[in-house]
Amino acid sequence: MELKSKIPPGPLAEKWSKAKATYKLVNPANKRKYDIIVVGAGLAGASAAASLGELGYNVKCFVFHDSPRRAHSIAAQGGINAAKNYRNDGDSVYRLFYDTIKGGDYRAREANVYRLAELSVNIIDQAVAQGVPFAREYGGQLENRSFGGVQVSRTFYARGQTGQQLLLGAFQALERQIALGTVKQYNRHEMLDLVVVDGHAKGIVTRNLVTGKIEAHSADAVVLGTGGYVNVFYLSTNAKASNATAIWRAYKRGAAFANPCYTQIHPTCIPQSGDYQSKLTLMSESLRNDGRIWVPKAQKDTRPVKQIPEAERDYFLERKYPSFGNLAPRDIASRAAKEVCDEGRGVGPSGRGVFLDFADAIKRLGRSAIEERYGNLFDMYHDITAENPYETPMRIYPAPHYSMGGTWVDYNLMSTIPGCYVIGEANFSDHGANRLGASALMQGLADGYFVLPVSIGDYLAGQMGKKVAADTPAFTDAIASVQDRTSRLLSAKGSRTVDSFHRELGTIMWDYCGMARTDEGLRKARTMITELREQYWRDVKVLGTGEEPNQSLEKAGRVADFFELAELMCIDALHREESAGGHFRSEYQEEGEAKRNDDKFLYVAAWEYTGEGSEPRLNKEPLEYEEVKLATRSYK
Amino acid sequence: MNLKIHVWRQKSREAEGGFVTYSADAISPDASFLEMLDVVNERLMEKGEESIHFEHDCREGICGSCGMMINGVAHGSRGNGLATCQLHMRHFKDGDEIWIEPWRARAFPVIKDLIVDRGGLDKIIQAGGYISVNTGSAPEANMLLVPKAVQERAMDAAACIQCGACVAQCPNGAAQLFTSAKVSHLGLLPQGQPERKERVLKMVAVMEEMFGSCTLYGECEAVCPKEISIDFIGRMNRDYLAASVTTAKKEKVET
Repeated sequence: MELKSKIPPGPLAEKWSKAKATYKLVNPANKRKYDIIVVGAGLAGASAAASLGELGYNVKCFVFHDSPRRAHSIAAQGGINAAKNYRNDGDSVYRLFYDTIKGGDYRAREANVYRLAELSVNIIDQAVAQGVPFAREYGGQLENRSFGGVQVSRTFYARGQTGQQLLLGAFQALERQIALGTVKQYNRHEMLDLVVVDGHAKGIVTRNLVTGKIEAHSADAVVLGTGGYVNVFYLSTNAKASNATAIWRAYKRGAAFANPCYTQIHPTCIPQSGDYQSKLTLMSESLRNDGRIWVPKAQKDTRPVKQIPEAERDYFLERKYPSFGNLAPRDIASRAAKEVCDEGRGVGPSGRGVFLDFADAIKRLGRSAIEERYGNLFDMYHDITAENPYETPMRIYPAPHYSMGGTWVDYNLMSTIPGCYVIGEANFSDHGANRLGASALMQGLADGYFVLPVSIGDYLAGQMGKKVAADTPAFTDAIASVQDRTSRLLSAKGSRTVDSFHRELGTIMWDYCGMARTDEGLRKARTMITELREQYWRDVKVLGTGEEPNQSLEKAGRVADFFELAELMCIDALHREESAGGHFRSEYQEEGEAKRNDDKFLYVAAWEYTGEGSEPRLNKEPLEYEEVKLATRSYK
Repeated sequence: MNLKIHVWRQKSREAEGGFVTYSADAISPDASFLEMLDVVNERLMEKGEESIHFEHDCREGICGSCGMMINGVAHGSRGNGLATCQLHMRHFKDGDEIWIEPWRARAFPVIKDLIVDRGGLDKIIQAGGYISVNTGSAPEANMLLVPKAVQERAMDAAACIQCGACVAQCPNGAAQLFTSAKVSHLGLLPQGQPERKERVLKMVAVMEEMFGSCTLYGECEAVCPKEISIDFIGRMNRDYLAASVTTAKKEKVET
């Protein structure tokens, strides 16, 4: 497999203009002759589907939810970055580009990240025109706030519901196109396979989640905006149904999967409280501005908080990172919390938790100031735990939150299967080994509004009249293989539920491929995953039939794919013998900090499927840094 | 805690439905309501019975997927601003009996068990719940000033999660709170002015066609998980009236 990144030549700041100037175009009158399938309607998918519809293409948009507005983008809280420099604090496109490259621990493509920073300003304009109610100053201008690890204020936000409001903007644009007839919306349809004809993506196979009907849909191009895969850990901050099936099916049809081991563990989540736990809830990172993180110095110290004297508390982030303290970046803060819990000093019933204490801040600023800043978060914490964080410290613990890895795409967002585009969190492109806060929304919308609708024309211009009908063998074969898989899951009639397997898989991944990874642990995990997967296909219990709404069956297919992805994550993590961003290999550290190896690993690892039971093939896309000098991140 | 739950089971839209009683024993008071149902479902499946189907996703009260009538109340608690996924079992007492039903509204047919079809709400948005602006044609964002108070009020309305609780709780099955939230969100902002009249006429027409009529019971506001104010209904009615009398071609507005 040859990886052609298709990065335009020339100076960094001119690459995107150059690309747009050289793309082939589709004549406006011809656009309606092209069918484009968009799968997923989060920020990336909805903005792409709406924009493609506006351009005049025939769009078919598929989501497994009852409405496109349910996509998990809706749960994003904090904000969206843009290099507007409204605060006159020295921000610029270049600075946003630089912060993102550095935040990603030098494992992202310069050209993509620069384009992202350039487009960030257009996203804000677009969203405001759509009526997104961003926070305002008293003079009526847009308000900004600062966000983790950055020295300028460039984050735009709509209370704690920025993702919701941006998604509604895109959703409403999509609904408008549906009403105009340019987009045909398929709700409650789950994509279960990608159809490839003569090397080109020509359609998908879906299951209607109400009738169970398995159908084929053909098109001139397929766009996947299906989100991230950290639900492989079972417990994560992702919505329950978020899954990797669409990008995994694409992988098995020939789309290389890049950097699967780059996953982000967010430090401030509410810890697990029991075996019934179904997901973990994120508490905004902003709490670390005023909260102090600590654990008792002694192991298994179960005294009530107030009886633990100051001298017997370990403010471990302040101790280890005096200059950044409690505001150390996500990956560092998460690992430090894990370490103290591993030492037996964790708090709470499970021993997997650390305190986030506001007592000092309340003493210093008064309760009302804290209430004004964090009132809604304190209420949310109280609803879930029944503990009052004004009186007693919050307990937090890291949880899987975001996947930087994903389908490999070139500069035009096309995967290694011509005609198959992947956008948003589902691709690997812009965040390297670690994503900065408030950058996910920016990337999803840049891809969907501004990059894909333009870049896809370059491919489509050469595809006139090459559509393949949905009753040809490639489609009927794909339908047959989906049906076969579905009936295998239904006919196993084993003894264990899908969730019980998923939980077990999640525990393996969390223990061995989570915040800290070792050669030995990853090898062990691979063996355990293979054994469990084998047992899964033999012993899974899926009741009901395929011809009706069947939530167990839906989950069963997703978990089956998570098993395979989990194995690839371990393979990737094992091969990357360095620590970078969210990928921490315990063997590669210097004084407890991540140690990159730029000589050996300055590349994107794009894994190629080579068949059932055969090892995936590693393809390398070298990362060339022309603009930025490689450096070590230090937070001490 | 040990509970007895009576759950509405219905195989399909056409099938006859009915309550089935299950015991939900040894439930942690710290579990959420949906986690309680997860536990019941795992036990049912282990016994070879199909799980209770219900819709859910983010479990943080923002996606709007979940929703059920709990003891006759949409989302199970009045005036707390909680979606079903945010309701915890500590709100109940050991030994309680809980009645769980799908949203009850003519416009929301049952698909299976507690899952209903809320597609009518999307139809209202399609009728005009947007600002017509194509990608790329937006002016510089700060060219448009929006007074803070206006933006805050618009945000109050925009917080709606389209769960459908307002319709389900309304004795008339009316969708006025939902519709008025979107009409107000867009109609308050300067960006929304050019289409303001046409928008309210079109959205109300579709709403009236698919949902019941509002007689100001106020039940919707009491159960709204985002605490959206009934004042927006008054605002929508005012806008509608103004648009009706000032829009000459109102009879011809297509829906």
